[in-house]
Amino acid sequence: MIAWVRNPWGRPRWLAVVTAAYVLWSIVPVGIAILFAFNAGRSRTTWQGFSFHWFTGSTGSVLHDPALQSALEHTLLLAGLCVAISTPIGVALGLGLQRWRGPGGGTVNTLMLLPLVTPEIVMGVALLLLFLRVFPGIGLGTPAQVIGQVTFTLSYVVVMVRGRLASIGREYEEAAADLGAPPHDQLLRVLLPLLAPAIIASAAVAFALSLDDFVVTQYLSSDASTTTVPMLLYASARGAPTPALNAIATVALVITLATLTLAFLVYRRFAGGREAVELASLEV
Amino acid sequence: MSGRWTWRLLSLPGVGWLSVFFLVAFYAVLCVAFGNQDTLSQPVPFWNPLDWNVGYVLDVLRNIWHGGQYLTVLLRTLAFVAIAMALALLVGYPVAYFTARHAGRFRGLVLLGLIVPFWINYLMRMLAWINLLSPDGWGTRVLHDLGIERLFLWLGLLSTRGGWLDGQEATVVIALVYGYIPFLILPLYAALDRIDQRQIEAARDLGASPLSAFLRVTLPLSMPGILAGSVLVALPMFGDYYTPDLVSASTRTNMIGNQIDEFTRQGSEKVTGAVLTLLLALILLALMFYYLRSTRRAAAEHAA
Repeated sequence: MIAWVRNPWGRPRWLAVVTAAYVLWSIVPVGIAILFAFNAGRSRTTWQGFSFHWFTGSTGSVLHDPALQSALEHTLLLAGLCVAISTPIGVALGLGLQRWRGPGGGTVNTLMLLPLVTPEIVMGVALLLLFLRVFPGIGLGTPAQVIGQVTFTLSYVVVMVRGRLASIGREYEEAAADLGAPPHDQLLRVLLPLLAPAIIASAAVAFALSLDDFVVTQYLSSDASTTTVPMLLYASARGAPTPALNAIATVALVITLATLTLAFLVYRRFAGGREAVELASLEV
Repeated sequence: MSGRWTWRLLSLPGVGWLSVFFLVAFYAVLCVAFGNQDTLSQPVPFWNPLDWNVGYVLDVLRNIWHGGQYLTVLLRTLAFVAIAMALALLVGYPVAYFTARHAGRFRGLVLLGLIVPFWINYLMRMLAWINLLSPDGWGTRVLHDLGIERLFLWLGLLSTRGGWLDGQEATVVIALVYGYIPFLILPLYAALDRIDQRQIEAARDLGASPLSAFLRVTLPLSMPGILAGSVLVALPMFGDYYTPDLVSASTRTNMIGNQIDEFTRQGSEKVTGAVLTLLLALILLALMFYYLRSTRRAAAEHAA
């Protein structure tokens, strides 16, 4: 530390040590949790040998336990529906906002950004009361969960689309207009193809956000059939579960990271590395 | 159709969606908080603001004024968030600083290490610690062997040996730090990365000591990142209920989020729950708008 104060251009060892310790601290516990998913015994704290039992075994595994299976299926169902709805609406809103002229744009922009900064419990309570008292016909359950997830993933899609639009600039559109393309052709044949990497990436982010979501999904759930993987983790982490819980968390983690890696690669291929890093860190 | 209307039409579904499921939903919280409840203690919202009943709001305010349960919970939340935020800054700043300035050829790797936790499910990260800190867990053993357990016992931060998960305030605060610190480090890294190295060199050339160059150039220039990052971790911490539930499972560590969760999702006091939600939203509104304004300004500078 003293050496660093004397000469900050030298390699500050203690900073490197703190950083390495931090990265280890943030990743190793999860690594150990993943390791225990492969434990042969029933313990999540004592290592009893390596096995795939909790993934594919005939009893109590992710593949064969009805509760785990249902949670995984429901999580993926919600994520699929969430992406299918929030991507088109979000892309349209992103395009609309980026090119919005005249009054109203600022207000709509603030409205779009608010879900990003609203604590989830506030949104959870608000949507819970909405579905109990304003739309009792929808009620709680899968449709409510999808709607809730779309409401907060939408903003991420918009922000990412707008970021890409800003870096594309207006030249291509103007060129198309100069060449006589009507507005809908400018949109469909010029802008959308240029936007494709951002659309794919934002769909992946929406998928990952939906998969990871806990609060809104929990508030809008109705019965056991609407339990997702994060809800399962919350409900049984403190109980006396088997390593199957670690196994299902691992499966969800692999799906999330694979989706995001794929999106990252697509985005980097078409839009450049720096933007891709900003994307991965959700720098909004 | 003029181009101008094409864009407005494109915005329509999104605006409609957010109006119904965000604005109307929020209005429903207001109408429940200023409403009543029926004999089954289900909420009866009053949709017309002229009919609003202030009874439940006054009850909560009176409770806080007289130092009741809600005040205790609010103050505990504030204390937890403040300590967790300070600790997160203390750990996060050096990490962000190193990554932005000195990571060299390891920068990509370190960045990956900073981003990955961001995408690991929060509950899985808590599950990992629950396994480690259970009485026979590896973490409990390591903390014992390193003497950290003794230190915490001596400091009064841990009440029994190996009892890390039995309603310990220190465990909740550290879990909050662990859970939300990625949200702090990334904006901080971005802010530090944007600082023009030449400004620091200029300060050094003009005779500033390394320490005063840091304190008078780097630190002030990274202030927007510190503030943005602090807001980004404070907002979800204020609304957290699952972290105390998971790592403490005791009402001794209840935060405002736990109180709201008990009243609304689990319980039958949805009206009071709505009042508390409103109170929380009001407390956080200033932070939310501060963050939105600062990102807008940053975006404008970015574009310029």
